[in-house]
Amino acid sequence: MAGEHVHALYRHGESALHRLQPQVKIATAFLFVFAVVATPREAFWAFGVYATILISLAAFARLGVRFVATRMIVEVPFVLAALLFPFIAGGDKVQFLGLALSENGLWAMWNVLAKATLGLLTSIVLAGTTDIPAMLRGFDALRVPRVLTAIMGFMIRYLDVVLGEFRRMRVAMQSRGYNPSWIGQAKPYATSAGTIFVRSYERGERVYLAMASRGYSGHMPPSSIQAATARQWLVALSLPVLAWAIAALAWVAQ
Amino acid sequence: MSVPTIAVDDLRFAYPDGTPALRGIDLHIHPGERVALLGPNGAGKTTLILHMNGIHMPQQGTVAVSGLELSQESVMEVRRRVGIVFQDPDDQLFMPTVREDVEFGPRNLGLEGPALDRRVDDALEAMEVPDLVDRPPNHLSFGQKRRVAISGVLAMEPEILVLDEPTSNLDPASRRELATALNRLDTTQLIVTHDLPFAYEMCPRSVVIDKGAIVANGATAEILGDEALLRQHRLELPYGFSVTPNA
Repeated sequence: MAGEHVHALYRHGESALHRLQPQVKIATAFLFVFAVVATPREAFWAFGVYATILISLAAFARLGVRFVATRMIVEVPFVLAALLFPFIAGGDKVQFLGLALSENGLWAMWNVLAKATLGLLTSIVLAGTTDIPAMLRGFDALRVPRVLTAIMGFMIRYLDVVLGEFRRMRVAMQSRGYNPSWIGQAKPYATSAGTIFVRSYERGERVYLAMASRGYSGHMPPSSIQAATARQWLVALSLPVLAWAIAALAWVAQ
Repeated sequence: MSVPTIAVDDLRFAYPDGTPALRGIDLHIHPGERVALLGPNGAGKTTLILHMNGIHMPQQGTVAVSGLELSQESVMEVRRRVGIVFQDPDDQLFMPTVREDVEFGPRNLGLEGPALDRRVDDALEAMEVPDLVDRPPNHLSFGQKRRVAISGVLAMEPEILVLDEPTSNLDPASRRELATALNRLDTTQLIVTHDLPFAYEMCPRSVVIDKGAIVANGATAEILGDEALLRQHRLELPYGFSVTPNA
């Protein structure tokens, strides 16, 4: 019930990709996406290679087609925006099914779609094989300031609690005849959002009390970081190195 | 007599608007004791326990923990000695996993490595939830959350465990499991509760507080057997439940 959405990004598994230290995975994913973005849009073959790499990784981690496809839905608004480019961009026009499409616009559309899809696929593989506590430890290991990772941790921890409160409040409203599908009744939603804000603020104070009671004095204790072996780094980083080589080759071949 | 684990003497406290909350509390709890703190809503129970670890500082009177008087200088040591478990376990479990949460207190005390691991294991073992160690708190049942919250406090190895409404919202089986685990602990305990049968089961001594003052202090059986006293302070035994004094 509560909590499914938080874990909806992670798929439990035992693959080597799951076992890889999170900091290695985060760094690899980051560098890989950089290479994708730096690749010239004309190099179709390069994008094909990237896609093959990512799909193989997803298959290796046994993420499943359905799992990946449903998580790709988040891209839809970007796709819709990109589909407008050929109609609104200027420059030379090409005729397609009786429509005059901008050549520049078509290239821009392809560029956005290809790179956004590959970037999203990378993050789905990363999140699908790394649970949230591990992800936070990974950021800590990469020396992201502890205060930021602590804030992320609190946010994720209490997202569930707050959504649960909101859900219960909505059920209570509906139980007393509230019909949220009628737009004229938007006001109770807005009011309950305000109530949730105040409640969360008060909860924040209680959490602070509980922290102070266990010796908190302004600094979060460091998280327990497991070091990654040189071999793990080497194997994992070969991936972005390959991607960078492809990007470089694509530029040279142009 | 031994040095009391908690010694509260003539403690007075008023809220910023002048409303008095505590009107001269005297309460001593000795090592190994298990005491119930009873009283109606708004009696000052929570205000009193927030004085025991220096979340509130005494405006008048003193609080001492095993002989150490509460002051700005001693507050961190007092917080180590007095472990408070708050009512809503969601307020208490704020770290991403159970392990990290139970580690939070001992890490603040500077523990790490095997000593830290031992604390975590012992604390979870004491509450009989060692298998939850790698779970995120949002996936636990309410009863599990409550026991993990207590583990997080036990990991600080406090001299006294203060539990605020430990049985609230628990189903009867979870309540039973909690009672068993708490019964097994050697730690001195102060249990704040509206659950009078639980107080009767767990605590040989009870203290009743009403309108900021202690109105009764004695054997739990005597207090729960005194119908007039209970009625006067808005305390009620569940239907069909009765306690015979000196039983």
